[in-house]
Amino acid sequence: MKKSIRRNAFIAFCILPSLLLFSLFIVYPTINVFKTSLYQDSGLGNKAIFIGLENFKAMFKDEVFYIALKNTGFLAATTIAPTLLIALFFAALLTSGKIRYSNFFRTVFFFPSILSFVVISILWSFIYHPTMGLVDSFLGIFGVELELPLLGNKYTVMWALAITMIWQAAGYYMVMYMAGIDSISREIYEAAEIDGASSSQQFWRITVPLLWGIIRTTIIFIINGVITNSFTIVRVMTNGGPDRDSEVLLTFMYNHAVNANMGYAMAVVVVVFIISIILSVVSNRLTGEHAVEM
Amino acid sequence: MSGKKKYKEAVVHIIIYFILIINTIVVVYPLLWNVLTSFKTNTEILESPWRLPKGFNLVNYINAFTKAKIGYYSVNSVLITVLSIIILLFLSVSSSYVLGRYKFRFSGLIKNVYMCGIFIQSIFIVIPLYIMMSNLGMDDNRFWISVVYAVLQLPFSIYLLTSYMKTIPREYEDSAMIDGCGYFGTLINIIVPLAKPGIITITIFGFFSFWNEFPLALTLLSSEEKKTLPIGLANLMEIQRYATDWGALFAGLVIVLVPTIVIYSLTQKKLTSGMQMGGIKG
Repeated sequence: MKKSIRRNAFIAFCILPSLLLFSLFIVYPTINVFKTSLYQDSGLGNKAIFIGLENFKAMFKDEVFYIALKNTGFLAATTIAPTLLIALFFAALLTSGKIRYSNFFRTVFFFPSILSFVVISILWSFIYHPTMGLVDSFLGIFGVELELPLLGNKYTVMWALAITMIWQAAGYYMVMYMAGIDSISREIYEAAEIDGASSSQQFWRITVPLLWGIIRTTIIFIINGVITNSFTIVRVMTNGGPDRDSEVLLTFMYNHAVNANMGYAMAVVVVVFIISIILSVVSNRLTGEHAVEM
Repeated sequence: MSGKKKYKEAVVHIIIYFILIINTIVVVYPLLWNVLTSFKTNTEILESPWRLPKGFNLVNYINAFTKAKIGYYSVNSVLITVLSIIILLFLSVSSSYVLGRYKFRFSGLIKNVYMCGIFIQSIFIVIPLYIMMSNLGMDDNRFWISVVYAVLQLPFSIYLLTSYMKTIPREYEDSAMIDGCGYFGTLINIIVPLAKPGIITITIFGFFSFWNEFPLALTLLSSEEKKTLPIGLANLMEIQRYATDWGALFAGLVIVLVPTIVIYSLTQKKLTSGMQMGGIKG
């Protein structure tokens, strides 16, 4: 009897602090996101007024919301495939056992994914800088005079941001795929080798199908990464500019919140939540039928 | 092997190494350029991005500390990162041990709640979090932001550490209990040393996430003397759009980069094997 009391006291001591803090700092604010989206709320202490779905109605009439939605979609669409293919390509290469110094390359390629997004954003702002940047002076070597600020032009800005995001993420997924490939039995590759399968055949017929479960998971990670990480990258690199041509959903949300438009801002978060769930489900469905049982 | 096949293989080899080296340059060069530029004067910066600096000009670093308050920001970053790691370790080790080892009422539910927590990003909840904390007088406070950092890192850390705890053989604890170690004694003297690799892994993940954090610090810290390095750098970036003092900015970037590079080079094996442990659960 005494023992069970002591046991329960120990369990409570270990579990409760985390659980209380988690409820206060994560669960409660998450519930408030949904609740506030139904109110007109300045967040400044005035009484919030319940307005039902009015925030959502206003949002669907807001031109800037569609720009932000389009840009977020653009970033997702343009970064998923390159990130995935670059990561897979290098993962297959570095695990093939034929590359010397593969550890060195793995260490270097992974590096951008542990850098601060602020550092990456500032660095790439200067890489794209029209007078002192690397891109312009590199093209200058070949006699191409770009002479346009890549981040200040509405036709190039989103591409420039997408390239930055691919640069940041590819190494991270490469390491994930390397772990996956390592778990595929060597014997399968050896057998294929004996049967005369080329490296590219081995890649498409063995590596990709057997890795498909991990690839599906990482597609969802990449989508969610783009949605959340675009906040810092856009905020530091362009602050939504030129005009509002590079606004993404979460910078759009943040600006409304800072301007004491809490209800509207939280309605945007709810939409982002729903979009990321829908995208995850859709990509899961689309990629589902190719799975191979291991 | 025929000569033609050998020849073809050699060409493929060269192309592959060429691609690997190009990618290495694409990753490393921007960082190297950043370090080199931090030693240049403003006029040198404007001349050509490819030229080496004339000497080890430390003026930018002096400016970063005297004019741009990088010293303050660094102290805050170190303080908040260390504090967050301590809180994270205290919370996650105790929770993971009990969740990984004991069955009790709601233990399954609690595990599921933490699993869902992994998917909640700070940027989604930062606004209601700020409102709640300012109502409670917790905003613009380095201690409370550290608690928030730790708690946001908690679901992932618990997930990783719980699975690690399960791999520790039960016999160790049983014999410690028989020896009269008690629950707390067993946890501290037996489990913590055995779970050290897992604990180190969550510390490394915690370090990078706390040291680099942006949206929460941007929102929760308002006084200048409490801000962290990423916020300070983002402010410097804003300023340089109007006043062109790039040198201090590049020096500031290097100051953020150095600890990251040091810790990464010391821990990169742990880090990538940690990703294998927790990253892929297809």
